[in-house]
This record gives sequence, C-alpha cells and structure tokens, in this order.
Amino acid sequence: MDLVQLQRQLVDYRTSLYHEGFLDEQFTQLQSLQDENNPDFVVEVVSLFFEDSERLLNELSKALEQQVIDFKRMDAQVHQLKGSSSSIGAHRVQKLCIVFRNYCEAQNVEGCLKCLQQVKHEYGIIKTKLESMFQLEQQILNAGGSIPV
Amino acid sequence: MLYQIMDGDYGGSCGGCSEDMTVEFGYEPHVLAVDDNLIDRTLVEKLLKNSSCKVTTAENGLRALEFLGLGSDERNSLEGTVSKVNLVITDYCMPGMTGYELLKKIKESSVLKEVPVVIMSSENIPTRINQCLEEGAQMFMLKPLKQSDVKQLKRHLMKYRS
Repeated sequence: MDLVQLQRQLVDYRTSLYHEGFLDEQFTQLQSLQDENNPDFVVEVVSLFFEDSERLLNELSKALEQQVIDFKRMDAQVHQLKGSSSSIGAHRVQKLCIVFRNYCEAQNVEGCLKCLQQVKHEYGIIKTKLESMFQLEQQILNAGGSIPV
Repeated sequence: MLYQIMDGDYGGSCGGCSEDMTVEFGYEPHVLAVDDNLIDRTLVEKLLKNSSCKVTTAENGLRALEFLGLGSDERNSLEGTVSKVNLVITDYCMPGMTGYELLKKIKESSVLKEVPVVIMSSENIPTRINQCLEEGAQMFMLKPLKQSDVKQLKRHLMKYRS
C-alpha cells in the first residue's frame, strides 16, 4: 500500500472511531497536545491508560469474588476508571462506568457483575482499535510520511 | 464558577493578555498540580507546560503539603519565607485528604494563604463548587481539562503574581 493510501486509511479509521462513539472530542484534545517536543505523547498517555485500566479491572474482578463485597472500594475504583477513560476520550468505557457506579451505590451484585463484563468487553475493543490506529500511524511514519490531522 | 478579579494591575504598556507569558513578562509561574489519577496528572502537567508553566506534581494532599513546607512532621519553618509556588491546582476527589481539605490547609497558613488554589472535579455538583469558592478557591474547573481551560486560568493567574 502506498503512502497516500495509508494516510487515507488512517483518516477513515479515525473518523469511524468517532462516528461509532468509541472516541470523543477529548481524544482530539489529547492529540493537540502532541508536538515536536513530545512526538509520542498520545501513545505514552494511552499506554498509561491501558496499564491503569487493566489493573483496575483485575481488582474489580477480585472484589466481586469476595465473600463480603466492598462496594465502597469498588465504587472508588470505578470512579478512577471513569476519570481516566474520560480524560483520554474513551467514550463507551466512560459511559459504562457511570452505570457501574450506580450499581455499586445500590450494592447490586448482579448488576456489578454484568457491568464489569461489559466494561471489560468495551475496554478490549478500544484497546485493539487504538493499537491498530497506532500501528497505522507508525507505518505512515516509517514510509516517510506525516500523520494527517 | 469564575472568581471576580479587580482590573488594572498590569502596569506598564503591556496591553492585552498574551498566551505566552514568558515572552511578555519573562515569567514562568510555578504550579503545583495534585491528582491521585496518573493519567490526569500527566495530562494536567502537559497542559500547564504547554502554557509555559513550570510544573511540580503530587499524587495526594499529604505529598502536596510536604512539598509546600506544611508537612505534619515539619516544624513550621515557613516564617518569613516566600511560597515556592504561584498556583496550586488540585483534584477534589482524592483518597485521604480531599482537594477541599488541602485548600483549607493552604488558606490556614500565614505564608501560603495568598497562593491561588484551583479545584478540579469530574462532577458538577453546585454545593461542592460553592463550598470550595467560599473557602477561597480561585476557580473551580470541570474535568476533563482542555487547553482552553488552562489558557483562561493563566489569564487570571497573571493578575496574582507576587
């Protein structure tokens, strides 16, 4: 595939992520913070988000396996996940966290379990999509091109 | 949510606000950014650096107080010293000490009480906002922060240079 085709593919891919509600304008904000001094800023922040999210999702899974469930602690963890997903523009994950928090507050185990599955699912999707997007960007850079805005 | 500030403090012939404070005033404000969320801390740091601020980050209220010289283990050795920072920007919801409690500690300090404190939160709760403003917060900002929020913040900050 030539450079122009790669660039077009990237633009289309990115547009679809916004269209389908995977990303929101906060991701655009994040991209605008990247510059020549910090050319890998977006990848770095998103990588932090991946690490942090996986840690939180593991802890939430463990919390729901306990005999006595600490809903307050879970709520604090979901709040963290909601915050970071909001900060990077991971729209669907953020929205699910809001629902999840409601179940924590209501101390509804079934609801929490269901939500956790949904959040894990959506997180998995956005992670794959962002990684694909970064790979595409890298291909463009390797071919000597620049990333279209 | 904006604190009303008196005009006319610029002096000189500087005219309107410039986005790049270093060029206009040769001044890089030192900001202490406090947030327990690593991603948010990284973001706010970048936003501030993009606005020519020097940034120190802290992951909770205790660390912030230690940096400011108000740590519980330290004797109050701040008599007659100038604040290290020109602005504190802190998240509201933090484990241990909330941003509100941090704000109160800063306002209780004779050396630091003039330092502007800005509170950030992902939740738009009027009682929370009023509580912070009444306690002396300069501004209350909703997360996620954008570059335009920080630029607006800087314009206000410029009027509070010590």
